[in-house]
Amino acid sequence: MRFVLNGRAVSFEGSGARRLLDVLREDLGATGTKEGCGEGECGACSILVDGEVVNSCLVAVGQVEGCQVTTVEGLADGGRLTALQQAFIERGAAQCGICTPGMLLAAHALLEENPRPSEDDVRVGLAGNLCRCTGYTKIIDAVLACRT
Amino acid sequence: MPDVACLQPRDVADAVRLCHETPDARLLAGGTDLMVMLHAGSVRPRALVNLWSLAELKGIRHVDGVVEIGAAEPYTGIIGSALVAEHCPALVAASRTIGATQIQNRGTLGGNLANASPAGDTLPVLLASDAIVVTDSRTIPVAEFFTGYRTTALRDGELIVAVRFPVSARGVRFRKVGTRAAQAISKVVVAVNREPARIALGSVAEVPLRARSAEALLAQGDVEGAVAAVAADIRPIDDVRSTAAYRRAVAQNVLGDLLRD
Repeated sequence: MRFVLNGRAVSFEGSGARRLLDVLREDLGATGTKEGCGEGECGACSILVDGEVVNSCLVAVGQVEGCQVTTVEGLADGGRLTALQQAFIERGAAQCGICTPGMLLAAHALLEENPRPSEDDVRVGLAGNLCRCTGYTKIIDAVLACRT
Repeated sequence: MPDVACLQPRDVADAVRLCHETPDARLLAGGTDLMVMLHAGSVRPRALVNLWSLAELKGIRHVDGVVEIGAAEPYTGIIGSALVAEHCPALVAASRTIGATQIQNRGTLGGNLANASPAGDTLPVLLASDAIVVTDSRTIPVAEFFTGYRTTALRDGELIVAVRFPVSARGVRFRKVGTRAAQAISKVVVAVNREPARIALGSVAEVPLRARSAEALLAQGDVEGAVAAVAADIRPIDDVRSTAAYRRAVAQNVLGDLLRD
Protein backbone atom coordinates (compact mmCIF):
# COMPACT_ATOMS: atom_id res chain seq x y z
CA MET A 1 0.00 0.00 0.00
CA ARG A 2 1.04 3.59 -0.65
CA PHE A 3 0.53 6.98 0.91
CA VAL A 4 2.27 10.34 0.98
CA LEU A 5 4.32 11.08 4.11
CA ASN A 6 5.40 14.70 4.48
CA GLY A 7 5.22 15.25 0.73
CA ARG A 8 7.13 12.08 -0.17
CA ALA A 9 5.49 8.96 -1.63
CA VAL A 10 6.05 5.95 0.63
CA SER A 11 4.99 2.33 0.35
CA PHE A 12 4.42 -0.24 3.03
CA GLU A 13 4.20 -4.04 2.89
CA GLY A 14 2.63 -5.87 5.79
CA SER A 15 -0.49 -6.07 7.89
CA GLY A 16 -2.90 -3.25 7.12
CA ALA A 17 -4.24 -3.61 10.66
CA ARG A 18 -1.05 -2.27 12.24
CA ARG A 19 -1.27 1.10 13.94
CA LEU A 20 -0.15 3.97 11.74
CA LEU A 21 1.85 5.16 14.78
CA ASP A 22 3.95 1.98 14.75
CA VAL A 23 4.46 1.96 10.99
CA LEU A 24 5.63 5.59 11.10
CA ARG A 25 8.09 4.95 13.91
CA GLU A 26 9.29 1.42 13.23
CA ASP A 27 9.08 1.00 9.46
CA LEU A 28 9.43 4.52 8.11
CA GLY A 29 11.86 5.93 10.69
CA ALA A 30 9.64 8.92 11.51
CA THR A 31 10.20 8.83 15.26
CA GLY A 32 9.10 12.43 15.83
CA THR A 33 5.61 11.08 16.52
CA LYS A 34 5.46 9.91 20.15
CA GLU A 35 3.34 7.33 21.89
CA GLY A 36 1.78 8.37 25.18
CA CYS A 37 -1.24 6.36 26.27
CA GLY A 38 -1.98 4.30 23.16
CA GLU A 39 -5.71 4.72 23.84
CA GLY A 40 -6.62 8.02 22.20
CA GLU A 41 -6.66 9.91 25.49
CA CYS A 42 -3.44 11.96 25.46
CA GLY A 43 -2.88 13.23 21.92
CA ALA A 44 0.92 12.69 21.99
CA CYS A 45 0.72 10.72 18.72
CA SER A 46 -1.37 13.36 16.91
CA ILE A 47 -0.65 13.65 13.20
CA LEU A 48 -2.54 15.04 10.22
CA VAL A 49 -4.33 12.81 7.71
CA ASP A 50 -5.47 14.86 4.73
CA GLY A 51 -5.12 17.94 6.93
CA GLU A 52 -7.26 16.67 9.83
CA VAL A 53 -5.71 16.01 13.22
CA VAL A 54 -6.09 12.41 14.39
CA ASN A 55 -4.49 10.11 16.94
CA SER A 56 -2.15 7.83 14.96
CA CYS A 57 -2.54 5.09 17.61
CA LEU A 58 -6.19 4.75 16.53
CA VAL A 59 -5.66 4.60 12.76
CA ALA A 60 -4.93 1.33 10.97
CA VAL A 61 -2.29 1.85 8.31
CA GLY A 62 -4.65 0.25 5.79
CA GLN A 63 -6.96 3.23 6.27
CA VAL A 64 -4.51 5.81 4.90
CA GLU A 65 -4.02 4.30 1.44
CA GLY A 66 -3.65 7.26 -0.92
CA CYS A 67 -3.79 9.83 1.89
CA GLN A 68 -1.54 12.77 2.72
CA VAL A 69 0.04 12.12 6.13
CA THR A 70 1.86 14.91 7.95
CA THR A 71 4.02 14.37 11.04
CA VAL A 72 6.15 16.84 12.98
CA GLU A 73 9.02 16.09 10.58
CA GLY A 74 6.89 17.64 7.83
CA LEU A 75 6.37 21.02 9.48
CA ALA A 76 9.81 22.64 9.16
CA ASP A 77 11.20 23.42 5.72
CA GLY A 78 14.68 21.95 6.06
CA GLY A 79 16.25 23.81 8.98
CA ARG A 80 13.69 26.59 8.79
CA LEU A 81 11.11 26.21 11.55
CA THR A 82 7.51 27.28 11.15
CA ALA A 83 6.34 30.39 13.01
CA LEU A 84 4.49 28.09 15.41
CA GLN A 85 7.59 26.01 16.19
CA GLN A 86 9.61 29.20 16.69
CA ALA A 87 6.93 30.56 19.04
CA PHE A 88 7.01 27.32 21.08
CA ILE A 89 10.77 27.79 21.56
CA GLU A 90 10.61 31.49 22.34
CA ARG A 91 7.76 31.21 24.83
CA GLY A 92 8.95 28.12 26.67
CA ALA A 93 6.02 26.03 25.43
CA ALA A 94 8.07 22.81 25.42
CA GLN A 95 9.54 21.24 28.53
CA CYS A 96 10.00 17.45 28.53
CA GLY A 97 8.92 17.43 24.88
CA ILE A 98 6.81 14.29 24.71
CA CYS A 99 3.57 16.19 24.01
CA THR A 100 5.25 18.74 21.75
CA PRO A 101 5.03 17.05 18.33
CA GLY A 102 1.33 16.25 18.81
CA MET A 103 0.68 19.66 20.32
CA LEU A 104 2.31 21.35 17.31
CA LEU A 105 0.21 19.37 14.83
CA ALA A 106 -3.05 19.99 16.72
CA ALA A 107 -2.19 23.71 16.91
CA HIS A 108 -1.20 23.74 13.23
CA ALA A 109 -4.55 22.19 12.25
CA LEU A 110 -6.39 24.65 14.50
CA LEU A 111 -4.68 27.68 12.93
CA GLU A 112 -5.32 26.34 9.40
CA GLU A 113 -9.01 26.05 10.23
CA ASN A 114 -9.26 29.28 12.23
CA PRO A 115 -6.37 31.73 11.70
CA ARG A 116 -7.63 34.09 14.44
CA PRO A 117 -8.71 31.85 17.32
CA SER A 118 -9.73 33.25 20.71
CA GLU A 119 -8.03 31.89 23.81
CA ASP A 120 -11.10 29.76 24.38
CA ASP A 121 -10.89 28.40 20.81
CA VAL A 122 -7.28 27.41 21.47
CA ARG A 123 -8.15 25.71 24.77
CA VAL A 124 -10.95 23.74 23.08
CA GLY A 125 -8.81 23.01 20.00
CA LEU A 126 -5.97 21.60 22.13
CA ALA A 127 -8.18 19.82 24.68
CA GLY A 128 -7.19 16.46 23.20
CA ASN A 129 -3.47 17.04 23.88
CA LEU A 130 -2.32 16.53 27.45
CA CYS A 131 0.82 18.20 28.85
CA ARG A 132 2.07 17.34 32.33
CA CYS A 133 4.85 19.97 32.43
CA THR A 134 3.79 23.40 31.30
CA GLY A 135 0.37 23.93 32.81
CA TYR A 136 -0.65 24.87 29.22
CA THR A 137 -0.35 28.64 29.65
CA LYS A 138 2.87 28.97 27.64
CA ILE A 139 1.54 26.65 24.93
CA ILE A 140 -1.62 28.72 24.57
CA ASP A 141 0.47 31.93 24.53
CA ALA A 142 2.61 30.48 21.72
CA VAL A 143 -0.43 29.58 19.62
CA LEU A 144 -2.07 32.97 20.21
CA ALA A 145 1.18 34.65 19.13
CA CYS A 146 0.77 32.98 15.71
CA ARG A 147 -2.65 34.42 14.93
CA THR A 148 -2.72 36.14 11.56
CA MET B 1 -0.93 -8.59 14.49
CA PRO B 2 1.27 -9.73 11.62
CA ASP B 3 -1.42 -11.75 9.88
CA VAL B 4 -4.45 -9.45 10.22
CA ALA B 5 -5.48 -8.06 6.84
CA CYS B 6 -7.24 -4.74 6.34
CA LEU B 7 -9.74 -5.46 3.56
CA GLN B 8 -10.86 -2.59 1.34
CA PRO B 9 -14.46 -2.98 0.17
CA ARG B 10 -15.63 -0.97 -2.86
CA ASP B 11 -19.07 -0.24 -1.40
CA VAL B 12 -21.53 -1.37 1.29
CA ALA B 13 -22.61 -4.48 -0.64
CA ASP B 14 -18.98 -5.48 -1.04
CA ALA B 15 -18.35 -4.91 2.70
CA VAL B 16 -21.30 -7.15 3.59
CA ARG B 17 -20.01 -9.83 1.21
CA LEU B 18 -16.50 -9.63 2.72
CA CYS B 19 -17.94 -10.01 6.22
CA HIS B 20 -19.87 -13.11 5.25
CA GLU B 21 -16.92 -14.67 3.37
CA THR B 22 -14.23 -13.91 5.96
CA PRO B 23 -14.38 -15.77 9.26
CA ASP B 24 -13.79 -13.57 12.33
CA ALA B 25 -13.77 -10.30 10.37
CA ARG B 26 -14.46 -7.05 12.23
CA LEU B 27 -15.87 -3.88 10.73
CA LEU B 28 -13.58 -0.88 11.25
CA ALA B 29 -14.77 2.74 10.88
CA GLY B 30 -12.95 5.50 12.82
CA GLY B 31 -11.14 3.03 15.07
CA THR B 32 -11.53 5.04 18.27
CA ASP B 33 -12.74 1.96 20.17
CA LEU B 34 -11.68 -1.00 18.04
CA MET B 35 -8.03 0.01 17.58
CA VAL B 36 -7.62 0.21 21.37
CA MET B 37 -9.12 -3.27 21.80
CA LEU B 38 -6.97 -4.68 18.98
CA HIS B 39 -3.78 -3.29 20.48
CA ALA B 40 -4.70 -4.60 23.93
CA GLY B 41 -5.43 -8.02 22.43
CA SER B 42 -8.94 -8.07 23.86
CA VAL B 43 -10.31 -8.77 20.38
CA ARG B 44 -8.43 -10.94 17.88
CA PRO B 45 -10.13 -10.77 14.49
CA ARG B 46 -8.59 -12.43 11.46
CA ALA B 47 -9.34 -9.43 9.26
CA LEU B 48 -10.60 -5.86 9.40
CA VAL B 49 -13.08 -4.53 6.86
CA ASN B 50 -12.29 -0.84 6.39
CA LEU B 51 -15.48 1.23 6.18
CA TRP B 52 -13.84 4.63 6.63
CA SER B 53 -13.60 5.55 2.97
CA LEU B 54 -17.03 4.34 1.82
CA ALA B 55 -18.93 7.36 0.46
CA GLU B 56 -22.29 5.62 1.02
CA LEU B 57 -21.70 5.75 4.78
CA LYS B 58 -20.88 9.46 4.88
CA GLY B 59 -22.96 12.60 4.72
CA ILE B 60 -26.02 14.15 6.34
CA ARG B 61 -29.23 14.48 4.33
CA HIS B 62 -32.92 15.23 4.52
CA VAL B 63 -34.95 12.18 3.41
CA ASP B 64 -38.78 12.09 3.53
CA GLY B 65 -38.95 14.74 6.24
CA VAL B 66 -36.36 13.14 8.50
CA VAL B 67 -32.66 13.80 8.91
CA GLU B 68 -30.45 10.85 8.03
CA ILE B 69 -26.81 10.71 9.11
CA GLY B 70 -24.38 8.30 7.46
CA ALA B 71 -23.06 5.70 9.91
CA ALA B 72 -19.41 6.63 9.24
CA GLU B 73 -19.90 10.41 9.19
CA PRO B 74 -17.53 11.70 11.90
CA TYR B 75 -18.72 13.82 14.82
CA THR B 76 -16.91 16.81 13.33
CA GLY B 77 -19.34 16.65 10.40
CA ILE B 78 -22.30 16.43 12.77
CA ILE B 79 -21.06 19.38 14.86
CA GLY B 80 -20.70 21.50 11.72
CA SER B 81 -24.05 20.55 10.17
CA ALA B 82 -26.75 23.22 9.95
CA LEU B 83 -29.27 20.44 9.25
CA VAL B 84 -28.46 18.61 12.50
CA ALA B 85 -28.37 21.89 14.45
CA GLU B 86 -31.92 22.58 13.27
CA HIS B 87 -33.43 19.10 13.57
CA CYS B 88 -31.53 17.55 16.47
CA PRO B 89 -29.54 20.18 18.37
CA ALA B 90 -29.02 17.76 21.28
CA LEU B 91 -26.93 15.54 19.00
CA VAL B 92 -24.64 18.49 18.24
CA ALA B 93 -24.33 19.15 21.98
CA ALA B 94 -23.55 15.48 22.67
CA SER B 95 -21.03 15.27 19.82
CA ARG B 96 -19.12 18.25 21.24
CA THR B 97 -18.60 16.40 24.52
CA ILE B 98 -16.98 13.37 22.88
CA GLY B 99 -13.21 13.24 23.46
CA ALA B 100 -11.72 16.26 21.72
CA THR B 101 -10.92 17.22 18.11
CA GLN B 102 -8.88 14.08 17.33
CA ILE B 103 -11.70 11.77 18.47
CA GLN B 104 -14.42 13.94 16.90
CA ASN B 105 -12.56 13.69 13.57
CA ARG B 106 -12.77 9.87 13.62
CA GLY B 107 -15.61 8.80 15.93
CA THR B 108 -18.95 7.95 14.29
CA LEU B 109 -22.59 7.26 15.21
CA GLY B 110 -22.35 3.81 13.64
CA GLY B 111 -19.35 3.04 15.82
CA ASN B 112 -20.99 4.39 18.97
CA LEU B 113 -24.00 2.14 18.30
CA ALA B 114 -22.06 -1.00 17.35
CA ASN B 115 -19.64 -0.64 20.27
CA ALA B 116 -22.75 -0.36 22.50
CA SER B 117 -20.90 0.96 25.53
CA PRO B 118 -23.32 1.89 28.33
CA ALA B 119 -21.33 5.16 28.49
CA GLY B 120 -21.68 5.99 24.76
CA ASP B 121 -22.34 9.73 24.80
CA THR B 122 -24.71 9.92 21.84
CA LEU B 123 -26.78 6.87 22.73
CA PRO B 124 -29.23 8.50 25.20
CA VAL B 125 -29.84 11.22 22.58
CA LEU B 126 -30.67 8.55 20.00
CA LEU B 127 -33.04 6.87 22.48
CA ALA B 128 -34.79 10.14 23.41
CA SER B 129 -35.07 10.97 19.68
CA ASP B 130 -36.74 7.65 18.75
CA ALA B 131 -33.96 7.30 16.21
CA ILE B 132 -34.05 4.50 13.66
CA VAL B 133 -30.94 2.44 12.93
CA VAL B 134 -30.74 1.62 9.22
CA THR B 135 -28.67 -1.45 8.37
CA ASP B 136 -27.81 -3.05 5.03
CA SER B 137 -30.90 -5.26 5.33
CA ARG B 138 -33.52 -3.65 7.63
CA THR B 139 -34.38 -0.86 10.06
CA ILE B 140 -34.21 -1.25 13.85
CA PRO B 141 -35.82 1.23 16.30
CA VAL B 142 -33.00 2.27 18.63
CA ALA B 143 -35.21 1.34 21.61
CA GLU B 144 -34.79 -2.30 20.48
CA PHE B 145 -31.10 -2.05 19.59
CA PHE B 146 -29.30 -2.63 22.91
CA THR B 147 -29.89 -6.17 24.12
CA GLY B 148 -27.39 -6.45 27.01
CA TYR B 149 -23.96 -5.35 28.16
CA ARG B 150 -22.20 -4.46 24.89
CA THR B 151 -24.54 -6.63 22.86
CA THR B 152 -26.88 -5.43 20.13
CA ALA B 153 -29.67 -6.61 17.85
CA LEU B 154 -27.21 -6.70 14.92
CA ARG B 155 -26.76 -10.10 13.30
CA ASP B 156 -23.34 -11.44 12.35
CA GLY B 157 -22.00 -9.44 9.44
CA GLU B 158 -24.87 -6.91 9.55
CA LEU B 159 -23.66 -3.40 8.87
CA ILE B 160 -25.10 -0.11 10.13
CA VAL B 161 -25.57 2.21 7.16
CA ALA B 162 -27.25 5.29 8.67
CA VAL B 163 -29.27 6.68 11.57
CA ARG B 164 -32.59 8.49 11.02
CA PHE B 165 -34.00 11.17 13.31
CA PRO B 166 -37.76 11.77 13.27
CA VAL B 167 -39.20 15.28 13.54
CA SER B 168 -39.65 14.96 17.33
CA ALA B 169 -35.83 14.89 17.76
CA ARG B 170 -35.90 18.68 17.59
CA GLY B 171 -37.12 18.91 21.20
CA VAL B 172 -34.51 16.63 22.78
CA ARG B 173 -32.23 18.13 25.44
CA PHE B 174 -28.97 16.64 26.69
CA ARG B 175 -26.54 16.85 29.61
CA LYS B 176 -23.36 14.89 30.29
CA VAL B 177 -21.62 14.77 33.65
CA GLY B 178 -17.96 13.75 33.57
CA THR B 179 -14.81 14.53 35.50
CA ARG B 180 -13.71 17.29 33.10
CA ALA B 181 -15.00 18.96 29.95
CA ALA B 182 -12.83 17.14 27.38
CA GLN B 183 -11.54 13.58 27.12
CA ALA B 184 -13.87 12.36 29.86
CA ILE B 185 -15.91 9.19 29.91
CA SER B 186 -19.31 10.03 31.37
CA LYS B 187 -20.45 9.32 34.92
CA VAL B 188 -24.07 10.11 33.97
CA VAL B 189 -25.66 11.11 30.64
CA VAL B 190 -29.28 12.23 30.44
CA ALA B 191 -31.39 13.08 27.38
CA VAL B 192 -35.05 14.08 27.58
CA ASN B 193 -37.91 14.97 25.30
CA ARG B 194 -41.32 16.36 26.26
CA GLU B 195 -43.33 15.45 23.16
CA PRO B 196 -43.39 12.48 23.13
CA ALA B 197 -42.27 11.95 26.74
CA ARG B 198 -38.82 10.38 26.64
CA ILE B 199 -36.19 10.02 29.37
CA ALA B 200 -32.99 8.21 28.39
CA LEU B 201 -29.82 7.71 30.40
CA GLY B 202 -26.28 6.46 29.94
CA SER B 203 -23.64 5.13 32.36
CA VAL B 204 -26.33 4.14 34.88
CA ALA B 205 -26.96 0.52 33.82
CA GLU B 206 -25.42 -2.23 31.70
CA VAL B 207 -27.06 -0.65 28.65
CA PRO B 208 -28.08 2.86 27.62
CA LEU B 209 -31.73 2.79 28.66
CA ARG B 210 -35.09 4.52 28.65
CA ALA B 211 -36.58 5.16 32.10
CA ARG B 212 -40.02 3.77 31.36
CA SER B 213 -41.82 4.44 34.65
CA ALA B 214 -40.43 7.99 34.77
CA GLU B 215 -41.53 8.49 31.15
CA ALA B 216 -45.07 7.36 32.00
CA LEU B 217 -45.29 10.01 34.73
CA LEU B 218 -43.79 12.68 32.49
CA ALA B 219 -46.39 11.86 29.84
CA GLN B 220 -49.04 12.80 32.45
CA GLY B 221 -47.25 16.07 33.15
CA ASP B 222 -45.91 14.86 36.52
CA VAL B 223 -42.35 16.22 36.45
CA GLU B 224 -41.66 15.69 40.17
CA GLY B 225 -43.02 12.16 39.95
CA ALA B 226 -40.75 11.43 37.00
CA VAL B 227 -37.70 12.73 38.88
CA ALA B 228 -38.55 10.51 41.87
CA ALA B 229 -39.28 7.46 39.71
CA VAL B 230 -36.09 7.56 37.66
CA ALA B 231 -34.09 6.29 40.65
CA ALA B 232 -35.84 2.94 40.39
CA ASP B 233 -35.60 2.76 36.59
CA ILE B 234 -31.77 2.78 36.60
CA ARG B 235 -29.27 0.17 37.79
CA PRO B 236 -26.04 2.06 38.51
CA ILE B 237 -22.92 0.40 39.89
CA ASP B 238 -19.76 1.47 41.72
CA ASP B 239 -16.80 1.53 39.32
CA VAL B 240 -13.58 3.45 38.62
CA ARG B 241 -15.45 6.53 37.39
CA SER B 242 -18.12 6.95 40.05
CA THR B 243 -20.38 5.30 42.59
CA ALA B 244 -23.92 3.99 42.35
CA ALA B 245 -25.10 6.47 44.99
CA TYR B 246 -23.56 9.44 43.16
CA ARG B 247 -24.99 8.33 39.83
CA ARG B 248 -28.47 7.88 41.27
CA ALA B 249 -28.45 11.31 42.94
CA VAL B 250 -26.96 13.09 39.91
CA ALA B 251 -29.32 11.35 37.46
CA GLN B 252 -32.25 12.71 39.48
CA ASN B 253 -30.76 16.20 39.83
CA VAL B 254 -29.86 16.50 36.14
CA LEU B 255 -33.24 15.15 35.07
CA GLY B 256 -34.92 17.71 37.34
CA ASP B 257 -32.85 20.53 35.85
CA LEU B 258 -33.64 19.46 32.29
CA LEU B 259 -37.38 19.12 32.94
CA ARG B 260 -37.96 22.17 35.14
CA ASP B 261 -36.48 24.92 32.97
